[in-house]
Amino acid sequence: MLDADIQLRLSRLNLDTAFTVASGEVLALLGPNGSGKSTTLRALVGLLPLAGGRIVLDGTVLDDPAQRVKIPPEQRPISLMFQDYLLFPHLSAIENVAFGLRAKGIDKKAARDKASETMARLGLDGLAEAKPGSMSGGQQQRVAMARALVTDPKLLLLDEPLAALDVSTKTDVRRLLREVLRESVAANVLVTHDLLDAVALGDRMVVIENGGIVQTGTPAEVTARPRSRYVADLVGVNLLRGTARGTVLELDGGGQLIGAEPATGPVLVVIAPAGVSVSRQRPEGREQNTWPGQISAVDLMGDRVRVRMDGTPSITGEVPPAAVDELKLDHGGELWASVDPAAITVYPP
Amino acid sequence: MGAGRRPEAFRSSAQAGLRSPRAPRGRHAALLTVVCAAVVALLLAACSSSSSGSSSGSSSASGKPSGTLVVFAATSLTDAFNKIGAQFEKANPGVTVKFNYNGSSSLATSINQGAPADVFASAAPANMKTVTDAGDAAGTPQIFTRNTAEIMVESGNPKHIESVKDLADDKIKVAVCAPEVPCGALAQEVFKNAGVTVKPVSEETNVGGVVTKVTLGEVDAGIVYVTDVKENEAKASGVTIPADQNAITDYPIVQIKHAPNATAAKAFISYVLGPDGQKVLTSFGFMPPE
Amino acid sequence: MDDQKQPFNPLLALLAALAALFFVFPLIGLLTGAPWGRMTSVITSKSSLDALGLSIVASLASTVIALLFGFPLAWLLARGRFRGKGVVRGLTTLPMVLPPVVGGIALLLAYGRRGFIGEPLDKATGISLPFTLAGVIVAESFVAMPFFVITVESGLRSMNRRLEDAARSLGAKRWTVFRRVTLPLIWPSLAAGTVLTWARALGEFGATITFAGNLPGVTQTMPLAIYISQSSGRLDEAIALSLVLVVVSLVVMIFRRRIAGGD
Repeated sequence: MLDADIQLRLSRLNLDTAFTVASGEVLALLGPNGSGKSTTLRALVGLLPLAGGRIVLDGTVLDDPAQRVKIPPEQRPISLMFQDYLLFPHLSAIENVAFGLRAKGIDKKAARDKASETMARLGLDGLAEAKPGSMSGGQQQRVAMARALVTDPKLLLLDEPLAALDVSTKTDVRRLLREVLRESVAANVLVTHDLLDAVALGDRMVVIENGGIVQTGTPAEVTARPRSRYVADLVGVNLLRGTARGTVLELDGGGQLIGAEPATGPVLVVIAPAGVSVSRQRPEGREQNTWPGQISAVDLMGDRVRVRMDGTPSITGEVPPAAVDELKLDHGGELWASVDPAAITVYPP
Repeated sequence: MGAGRRPEAFRSSAQAGLRSPRAPRGRHAALLTVVCAAVVALLLAACSSSSSGSSSGSSSASGKPSGTLVVFAATSLTDAFNKIGAQFEKANPGVTVKFNYNGSSSLATSINQGAPADVFASAAPANMKTVTDAGDAAGTPQIFTRNTAEIMVESGNPKHIESVKDLADDKIKVAVCAPEVPCGALAQEVFKNAGVTVKPVSEETNVGGVVTKVTLGEVDAGIVYVTDVKENEAKASGVTIPADQNAITDYPIVQIKHAPNATAAKAFISYVLGPDGQKVLTSFGFMPPE
Repeated sequence: MDDQKQPFNPLLALLAALAALFFVFPLIGLLTGAPWGRMTSVITSKSSLDALGLSIVASLASTVIALLFGFPLAWLLARGRFRGKGVVRGLTTLPMVLPPVVGGIALLLAYGRRGFIGEPLDKATGISLPFTLAGVIVAESFVAMPFFVITVESGLRSMNRRLEDAARSLGAKRWTVFRRVTLPLIWPSLAAGTVLTWARALGEFGATITFAGNLPGVTQTMPLAIYISQSSGRLDEAIALSLVLVVVSLVVMIFRRRIAGGD
């Protein structure tokens, strides 16, 4: 089990995060670029000095600046799978995989045997003597995975494992990774900016923004109730903040909505785009939940079109593709948004 | 929401970037010009260095020397010939004398390889012989001065060296010229006459190298010419070699065959052999020819 | 790898051909001027064998010194953080631009018998560098080591250091990281640097003759022997010895690729 409390002072970022991961569990670290997720991994590996906090793995203190304890990276039972794999270009695939075992002092034959076994498990038969330069992206990724797994680490760290793959390879590898993680007895931390990875692979999620944790929970919890614009954007819903008095919602940025469920106090307001309709003129007979704005973006999402409107508040609505032509949406201009109260979800922040 | 596209994005942006076509001919032409310029410059430099020898050596029928005169002379003649050269230029306005000082064997080799010298002054007949044997001399060489050896030691003679025999001591570091060089051959003769075996620590390629090693204090003593000791009075001391151990070298001088400036060459040699030249040589410690 | 052949460019080909011939012609000159009849006797004479032996021993020793001292220096220049790094780099590469004779004089003033380092050394231990084989090695190291430092520093800079992080994260101790990751990755520049250094040491003349002097069998290396032969009119002997040096150098240069693991 990993108990991590990480405080770092870097030139571009101050990081302050704390989380735990049980053995066999997969914690997904989600966040935008520059939020500090890869930095968290490097701190866990021991490649960065902690400014404060403590890292304890299975009862052993790996890092405690206050007590001046720091176990160097090579002595930590941790494996890190790098975003750009960092396979040794001058070694063959099996030598790459066996590297960690040989570094521990395991003799060449035993190391090769174990490496071979792990490679077979990941579908890398026949590639033992190939050099990384001659392999496809998907193969390189699996070699990097094998290299990280073969040492039976107590903590497995995966830094954007699927980021460098194309869409079709990604699906296959994601499936493989899920199997591998399911069998893993280590604590696993997966860093990603792709919500799908986090949802598909993670048992729990932690959302990091600007060096701090903004939300934790199971993937279902987080996506159902996003607590930050970042997650809301990823999930594809509108997220607003405001104060509720009954069903009246006073929005922080200005404007007012009438919801369906009563509430009191500060709230997060989530509206699915499908519940927002748009028109060129003010809709007849609607007084509430209707306001004007300027079109700022039009996006094709599958078979629906999302329309973003700047106004008080700004909102994203959804229309059928035919509406783009009818309403001449690609010409920009003024628009009216209208929200069905039933589409509004409210919960405490 | 994923990154939204602007409404304009729906319009086709068929503005394919049109690059202005490069002019390949223009680029190659520039390179070609640079290359040609470099080659021409190289050729000009080569031509001018040889032509300055020939064109300025235009000897007028009246026999008055003019132009540039190139004299190859042994290192030991440096100071004396520099003074003679200055006097000669004063006496013959219109003549510029250029000297190349080096070990006589080196100079002889250069001359045989076709170096553009007008006059050769050697520190020993042996090196002159290689020039005459190769047919590069015009006329017979004449002995214009003589020199003899002396032991050069550090200023004040800190190691108290008194004779050639002292040089055989293993604790004394001695430098001489290489045997192929006149001052080296001279040193061998001196050692033979004195009946001693001396193991030098270095065989220099010309006598200047020996002087440097002594004045820098790298060696305790060196065999050089008496003229070198006189020249370096401020930086080093000398120990005389008695006549029965010493040897005398003759210095021959000759005009080079096909000399670019034959007129000036003849005049220079006459000057050296004449009273003015001889006075300068004696003042530097050289001995007059027999 | 790019399979496309370069389209034939006549200007490029012409310039390249001229450059190649520029180097080949002097070699042809050496071959035609050599005294083929007397080659064996000239090459196997005592003075020639002495000179060759001295050259090989001294150049190899200088290369080893360059490796031992030059590698740490290159490492520090590539990875160290300290003030005045540019000055240090400039100073260590100074011998590359100085005329070798200047280097020799400077060495005398520092390590000669009256040099500010050499004098106390001589007085304390009786060790004096000029006129000894050690002096030759010092002179050759002085001019050749900068080539090693420059080449290896460049190799260290261009390697991906994150691969070392990866190795550490896999549990490798620092020495293992160096041995199994860093060294193999910089091997080409290490090998190239070594060969370049050795070649420069082998051909060294000006600093050697000024600092170590010229004595057959003791300090007269091949370049010195060739110069003496040439300057005393024994030109064919000089050519014969030159060809020996050329052959030795060519052999190493041709195998350089193999050693460095190049294409």
